Amino acid sequence: MNVGDTLPPLEIAVTRTLIVAGAIASRDYQDVHHDAALAREKGSPDIFMNILTTNGLVGRYVTDHLGPRSVLRKVAIRLGAPNYPGDTMTLTGTVTAVLGTTVEIRVVGANGIGHHVTGTVTAEVSA
Amino acid sequence: MTADPTGTAEEAARFHALLAAFEGAPAATAGRGKDAVNEPMIRHWCEAMGDANPAYTGPDAIAPPTMLQAWTMGGLSGHSDRSSAYDELFALLDGAGFTSVVATDCEQEYLRPLRPGDTVTFDAVIESVSPRKTTKLGTGHFVTTRMDVRTDGEPVGTHRFRILKYAPADRPAKQAAPRTKAAAQRPRPVVNRDNQGFWDGVREHRLLIQRCTSCATLRFPWLPGCNTCASPSWDTVEASGAGTVFSYVVMHHPPFPAFDPPYAVALVELAEGVRMISNITGVPYDKVRIGLPVHLEFLRVDDDLELPVFRGNEG
Repeated sequence: MNVGDTLPPLEIAVTRTLIVAGAIASRDYQDVHHDAALAREKGSPDIFMNILTTNGLVGRYVTDHLGPRSVLRKVAIRLGAPNYPGDTMTLTGTVTAVLGTTVEIRVVGANGIGHHVTGTVTAEVSA
Repeated sequence: MTADPTGTAEEAARFHALLAAFEGAPAATAGRGKDAVNEPMIRHWCEAMGDANPAYTGPDAIAPPTMLQAWTMGGLSGHSDRSSAYDELFALLDGAGFTSVVATDCEQEYLRPLRPGDTVTFDAVIESVSPRKTTKLGTGHFVTTRMDVRTDGEPVGTHRFRILKYAPADRPAKQAAPRTKAAAQRPRPVVNRDNQGFWDGVREHRLLIQRCTSCATLRFPWLPGCNTCASPSWDTVEASGAGTVFSYVVMHHPPFPAFDPPYAVALVELAEGVRMISNITGVPYDKVRIGLPVHLEFLRVDDDLELPVFRGNEG
């Protein structure tokens, strides 16, 4: 693995089911993640994905690529354009640093309205 | 005390001083995960995420590290571990009209894996409360907390979380359907008597620098008079197009219509000595460096707009 290497992209269909399942699996019962009417009252056009789900998807994207023996050390993400139902988010990754068995990967999740997530993941890969 | 989100800068500063007093105060004290780390919750998480990593199943299963926060969530029954400081801070923000909340950042470090049977405990501190910020969502304050998560008294990870507490910007709910929005255009240059000649040059693919005809000093951007000798008379010289990156920033956030972050914005020093701000093409944003040699080219942005930009030289 070398700096500049890219990960194969992963397309995530942002379904209403994924948004709700992710929110509940992460024990996040904020109404904007499952109740469209209440989300609209708060100025959002629809329900949207919670940050814990995004975090989980970013972690999965990296470990899918590095394999089950890799260990996540750090995941730092920033959210931008929300993931609304019906959209598709495409995760892409680029290796930005390699030090011994530690790799740093910059991840971007782009949806139809912009960058939903940008972040950096640090992981150990077994030799 | 209230701070009308549309109030003056002075009011905003006074209000921020009240909020900043909470920095360093605990956000949660002696919190305890409502459920021990357990296989069913791990499985439900993996199902939702579509994560088939075998490390999360079987006798030696670990929990997905990114579940760290999930083990600390209050769930439907809420938090009993939140500090009074955290509640007071939120009451202050709510009372001032910043009633909505959205998470913007999550930074987690994992020191060792969590396994079924582990029970997490946690303490959190209010790290910072930002001054009033205006975002696409509305005006509000960013609140950053840092949580230390332990099991059996040993640290297992840290979780820094940033939310925006904001007053929603007025907008009709109909506005929705963002995907059908017409493609945004880059902003138009403001062309006036003082810089007309520059844009005339761009149209002819010539990058023109003003030169004082009294003292021969070159100047850019275009101005009505000479900064060196104050003379109002000038002519132009055409730039050769060679330059180097004098300085740059990488724009990540906030995104603006028609721009696709991250991208580099560079201050290019032309061979003639003047500097101009522009985009760098042909080089990834994270490969732009001070001193990078560049050369001029003209970028057709749309039917009505062409801009001088600089292409990084290979090698």
